[in-house]
Amino acid sequence: MYRHDEFDQAFLRARIERFRDQVARRLSGALTEEEFRPLRLQNGVYLQLHAYMLRVAIPYGTLNSAQMRRLADIAERWDRGYGHFTTRQNIQFNWPRLQDIPDILEALAEVGMHAIQTSGNCVRNVTADHLAGAAADEIEDPRPTAELLRQWSTDHPEFAFLPRKFKIAVSGAPRDRAVTRAHDIGLRMIRDGVGQPGYEVSVGGGLGRTPVVGQVIRDFLPKAHLLPYVEAILRVYNLHGRRDNKHKARIKILMLERGIEALRAEVEAEFARQMAAEGGPAVIPDPAVVARIEAAFAPPPLVPATGPAEAYETARRSDPVFRAWTDTNVLPHRVPGHAIATVTLKAPGAAPGDATAEQMRVLADLARCFSHDELRVSHEQNIVLPHVRLDDLPAIHAVLRRHGLATANAGLIGDVIACPGLDYCALATARSIPIAQEIGRRFADPELQRAIGEMRIKISGCINACGHHHVGTIGILGLEKAGRENYQITLGGDHGENLTLGERAGPGFDAEEVVPAIERLIRAYLELRSGPEESFLAAYRRLGMAPFKAALYGATEGRHAA
Amino acid sequence: MPIVTRNGFAPVPPADFHPPEAAAALRAAAIDLPNDADPERLAPHFDRIALIRIPFPVFADGRGFSLARRLRDLGYRGRLRAAGHLIADQFRLALACGFDEVEIDDALAARQPEHLWRAETGPDPRARLRGRAAG
Ligand code: SF4
Repeated sequence: MYRHDEFDQAFLRARIERFRDQVARRLSGALTEEEFRPLRLQNGVYLQLHAYMLRVAIPYGTLNSAQMRRLADIAERWDRGYGHFTTRQNIQFNWPRLQDIPDILEALAEVGMHAIQTSGNCVRNVTADHLAGAAADEIEDPRPTAELLRQWSTDHPEFAFLPRKFKIAVSGAPRDRAVTRAHDIGLRMIRDGVGQPGYEVSVGGGLGRTPVVGQVIRDFLPKAHLLPYVEAILRVYNLHGRRDNKHKARIKILMLERGIEALRAEVEAEFARQMAAEGGPAVIPDPAVVARIEAAFAPPPLVPATGPAEAYETARRSDPVFRAWTDTNVLPHRVPGHAIATVTLKAPGAAPGDATAEQMRVLADLARCFSHDELRVSHEQNIVLPHVRLDDLPAIHAVLRRHGLATANAGLIGDVIACPGLDYCALATARSIPIAQEIGRRFADPELQRAIGEMRIKISGCINACGHHHVGTIGILGLEKAGRENYQITLGGDHGENLTLGERAGPGFDAEEVVPAIERLIRAYLELRSGPEESFLAAYRRLGMAPFKAALYGATEGRHAA
Repeated sequence: MPIVTRNGFAPVPPADFHPPEAAAALRAAAIDLPNDADPERLAPHFDRIALIRIPFPVFADGRGFSLARRLRDLGYRGRLRAAGHLIADQFRLALACGFDEVEIDDALAARQPEHLWRAETGPDPRARLRGRAAG
């Protein structure tokens, strides 16, 4: 994996010194709070409900054991012993003190980590498929592209004061595990007719208050043109994106107001100007630099197995708990005899995405011993061991079990995504964590979870949709109605390559009624499905909203009619 | 009202600013270019322009940075000035986007004195991508 070199280290040191100085100038009054705000945001520092929050980037979701261990140290030394993994391949610490933050940033820099551009109206931490370099269906590893974009966007002088935040995601496989169409720019690696690698570029995707599925702006962009093209999109957006209303400032609104054709024409004209600029475009990278980045992501030296995985098969036969875990949490690896193991941070009753310092250290140890020192963070708020031998899985599972990390629910109803909500977030209108915990408890029975099958429940604590509720099979949006928390349910969302926004089922539910409502939905699905192989989403697509609506509101119609 | 250049603060030199439409009829002109203008319309007159001034209504409105880059890409070689609310931390960004100087008011100059307006950028990630930096 990519390791920070001398340049990155020097850059981070200079950046931290600058931030220290900015904090001092804020305290002296040379910077007003208004002026300080974007500076601290671009260094990952938010002001939350109870305290400052520090959001640390995990670029393209990849980290090594030393980095995970350092996150554990920070959680213990400067926070309350845990951290929260988000849906954007970041980790958030909820309780640091402002004056400690430069020291925390130094501790991060020592292991090649940072909090740069995890917030603010700039190009945010670039995300990628969490199974990059391991998935069996991959065309090309998306991480060199994400790293190239990270370097290009870091401290970009032109794009530090955009109309609004700007998110880019990269996928290297036909199965889109990076939700690219829900990003301001989505890049899908493809090949053209003669096998040349490039990207399909989509633009204007995003969830939030106005959910929009991104539209293709360029069918095929040759790899070498990536940076000038992305720069052209950003420049058109920076010049023409709306600045009169922050709710209309994302590029999706520019796309909706002008139409994709007009936006494409402007971007292509800007791209052409850049390509024709004297001395060539400002940002064509040196091929040697690109080659160095690509080499940093060379696959680990896995030895393909030649025979069956005896230890693995034996354990599966003799240990039903292990077997159940491998059925749900283990995915095929591209190298025979290997696997990708998902550790869900979703034990029944847990706050989704939270990990204690101790759990982080356990995961770091497992990565070092069994996964070529690599870990991944997924947008589903889980941790992945990407390169493990099948025969090591029994040992890995035993360790996970001892530390409450072996919950066999990846992709099932217990694998709930939830944003921090009203327990932490200053923008929230309702809590999301307690709803997730309640769902985890109600559906704790592993048999029941398996019977229900594939199910993505996603919960947001306000209309900003950090919990991606629009693309959950069942989405839950927490709002506030007459001083009470009220939860709207959407159905039929899909976060995959056919990105689909869910449909609102009807009036919302009070906090204590939400989980019973979900139970009614599940019961209806189990009765209606054509067989166990028909997932909730497939049944919903076949039957439409009506029977599910009846299950939700039928018996209690009168109470909800208002 | 000081003007900030790489050499520090200086008094604003006198100049008569004209709207972009006037450029065709002038020599060594100073032009006030609104931050929503299309710079391409000025391109035929670049050799008659000595100074272009771009307003920053508030420091968080970064349109001027892209406008400056576009003017430079179009081949404008004259002086380029940012005027209004820029903070000292944005000075290096303005220079990197092609500005030569920043015009600020006295209140801001008092709150953010000369030594804070630092031109040096430190290690530049994009220079490194082009193979022009160590590492
Ligand atoms: S969805 Fe709303 S409540 Fe949840 S983290 Fe985002 S802004 Fe906060």
